[in-house]
Amino acid sequence: MNRIIEYLLPPQRSVAASEVDSLFTFINVAGFILFMGIMITILIFVIKYRRKSEDDVTPVITHNSILEVTWTIIPILLILIVFSWGFRGFLNLTNVPGNAYEINVTAAAWFWEFRYPDGSTTMNEVFVPVDRPVKFIMRSEDYLHSLYVPDFRIKTDVLPNRYTTTWFQATDTGDSNLFCTEYCGTGHSEMLAIVHVLSAEDFQEWLDGDSGIDEDMPLAELGELTFTNFGCSACHTLDGSPRIGPSLQGLFGSEIELDDGSVVEADEDYIRRSILEPSTQITAGFPANMPTYDGRLNEQQIDGLIAFIKEQ
Amino acid sequence: MADSTEKTLRIREFPIDENPKYTYLNHEKGILSWLLTIDHKRIGLLYLFSIVFFFFVGGLLALMLRTELLTPAQNILDADTYNQIFTLHGAIMIFLFIIPSIPAALGNFFLPMMIGAKDVAFPRLNLASWYIYILGALFAIYSIITGAVDTGWTFYTPYSTQTDMSVVSMTFAVFILGFSSILTGLNFIVTLHKLRSPGLSWSKMPLFLWSLYATAIIQILATPVLAITVLLLAMERILGIGIFDPAMGGDPVLFQHFFWFYSHPAVYIMIVPAFGIISELISVFSRKTIFGYWAIALSSLAIAFIGFLVWGHHMFVSGQSELSSVVFSFLTFFVGVPTGIKIFNWVATLYKGSIDLKTPMLYALAFLFLFTIGGLTGIMIGALSVNVHLHDTYYIVAHFHYVMMGGTVVAMLGGLHYWWPKITGRMYNEIWGRITCGIIFISFNMTFLPQFVMGSQGMPRRYFNYVDQFQGLHQFSTIGSYFLGFGFLLMAVYLVWSLFKGPKASSNPWKARSLEWMTSSPPPHHNFEYTPVILHGPYDHHKPAKEFRMGYLNKETA
Repeated sequence: MNRIIEYLLPPQRSVAASEVDSLFTFINVAGFILFMGIMITILIFVIKYRRKSEDDVTPVITHNSILEVTWTIIPILLILIVFSWGFRGFLNLTNVPGNAYEINVTAAAWFWEFRYPDGSTTMNEVFVPVDRPVKFIMRSEDYLHSLYVPDFRIKTDVLPNRYTTTWFQATDTGDSNLFCTEYCGTGHSEMLAIVHVLSAEDFQEWLDGDSGIDEDMPLAELGELTFTNFGCSACHTLDGSPRIGPSLQGLFGSEIELDDGSVVEADEDYIRRSILEPSTQITAGFPANMPTYDGRLNEQQIDGLIAFIKEQ
Repeated sequence: MADSTEKTLRIREFPIDENPKYTYLNHEKGILSWLLTIDHKRIGLLYLFSIVFFFFVGGLLALMLRTELLTPAQNILDADTYNQIFTLHGAIMIFLFIIPSIPAALGNFFLPMMIGAKDVAFPRLNLASWYIYILGALFAIYSIITGAVDTGWTFYTPYSTQTDMSVVSMTFAVFILGFSSILTGLNFIVTLHKLRSPGLSWSKMPLFLWSLYATAIIQILATPVLAITVLLLAMERILGIGIFDPAMGGDPVLFQHFFWFYSHPAVYIMIVPAFGIISELISVFSRKTIFGYWAIALSSLAIAFIGFLVWGHHMFVSGQSELSSVVFSFLTFFVGVPTGIKIFNWVATLYKGSIDLKTPMLYALAFLFLFTIGGLTGIMIGALSVNVHLHDTYYIVAHFHYVMMGGTVVAMLGGLHYWWPKITGRMYNEIWGRITCGIIFISFNMTFLPQFVMGSQGMPRRYFNYVDQFQGLHQFSTIGSYFLGFGFLLMAVYLVWSLFKGPKASSNPWKARSLEWMTSSPPPHHNFEYTPVILHGPYDHHKPAKEFRMGYLNKETA
């Protein structure tokens, strides 16, 4: 029994998860008993009362008040239990503890950006402390998105016109998937992030450090790190196959045909402009939906990306 | 009609012509006699051809989606094409297939016959509603050709107001199709109120008609809201009036409220007629009076009523107020009660019956199995805290396929086989019927049971790519869908074959008691050659069959 439920659900990695899971289990078990009861009754009737001859005479049974009241009352009781139980869990999920650590989340087609109280940001990955309530204050830059972490049993839509919030308290260190679950176009299924749950010390250390970026790192290596951290790979491959945007393989120095018919050479200026003002030079055959990274990347990271792209 | 001052009814039994020379099929000939017909039976068939066509189109699209999902990364489609195909699959199946399916095809054909009428109250309006449907379908096809739509069938804003696709023509298609639905509903309500045969009181109306009556009420009350919604959406796109798009000062969540205010009741437009068919099948193939006639009839109306109050359960995580979510969750559970009552009544009808497992009955039992799963998983996702986890995952996809396909489509297949001899005058092949029912039942479960598991594990819906851990379940589901497609092809083959080679059907092969069986197969142009008089209820299997063939003894027939 427990093994089936464990198989059905993702691992429980937040304090709210066990409450949700116990209701999930209750409905499954109660539902299964009810379902089997109905099916076995049908099976027995179908076998026992199968047609024996064309002249079978059946009794006239139009109703039975006691039976009918029973099968009205019992389901009502069951649904009241399920409602109250679900309500209680919902209160858990929506009432944010006052001491929660706040992280601002920006969703845009198709990436997640997380901004911490100290001003640092991460893209498509978020670092949170274990055993401490964390509150996401979320807004969208374009369409509707929805932030979903199965391991934490949380999900809330992200809206373009106002803030929505959700919270969780992680119980284990480790990584969990974060999905977008409100359909948002081409890159919807690529709009993933990783939640890194760190111990209190590791989290503090991470906050004090600068996201693993070493000032003395070779430029191309810095570029590779930026390419990964900022989710560029959701749209751009390195193997020559087009995804949402053109592949970066052999890009540098090549002649690019733009959607207005003009041809430009992919030099440093072209790449820099494509990162900061992507809508001004759209490669023919691709959609004009890359977001700007102006203000998201510093000069060093842009130089790094250019160096990284040269190597491809 | 008889003189109302007459004290005693002069009635007699009218024997049925078992070898009718003139039927509705050969009454008039030529393509125009079909396209301009105002005969409800022929209009029913026009609808049947149309919905079967769109069902196969929608089904092919589904198989393309399932094929793409064989691997976590791209294989046969790119992301944009995938998004367009799942949108089309949903929009075609919902607006062009399932909403018109049972009412407009089987309902049109049998509603007048079951009340002993010659036709619906407004035959020309009936034909008009088919043409409006075709016009809507043409708009839908036009928008596919001119760039397709990638918004999902739900057209959520602000994506739908910003994407560069033919959203406007698609929403007009939905707008037009809505009118077809409204007119059909209107026609049915008036027909049931005004054209029932003498003696056919509300308490003697077949339960299929009660369910169509409840459906018609929802169609008339809810569909205009959809029309308003898509009109506002079109105004926003064409005229730039800010209603839903926050960039223009609108509110995207408002769209969801409008949309689900129609689309949740619409779920009952889809499923309630199926309840009606199941009531007929269970009683006829158990040859037993239906248990709890009024409970079944009134629970349809109760579902129709409560169905208007629960739209917000699609929006628990949308950012609507938490209080609304709590109220909507509470009300939602109360749809479960009348639905459960129906299931219990059907099971009780089997008790001490004379059960014959003919193909239609197999479909009815398959319905009980699949729909009960669909209903119980509905309780699961009505629970607030669990819904937060399961919302917009494959659990939802599995749930509504169990209700819509395992419920409505399976019931419709049961109805199609049940009434096939009446519609065509031929019997389908019973053995192939049963085998196919088995294939569809098993492969349906193969396709959609794994989706419950994936959803619980956290697989989001509308995903073109997915994380590797779900591949096994996705592949199992895809293989199931191929068998499902094969089952439908098999059905098409033996049904078409039966039209040419099937044995001739008698007027009442199942020994049913409702009026549509008290005339020839296929029926004559005016359904009955006399005015039927109803003495007994439609499920009075204990009364002799000849007492169900009574009609007025008027001057001509005296």
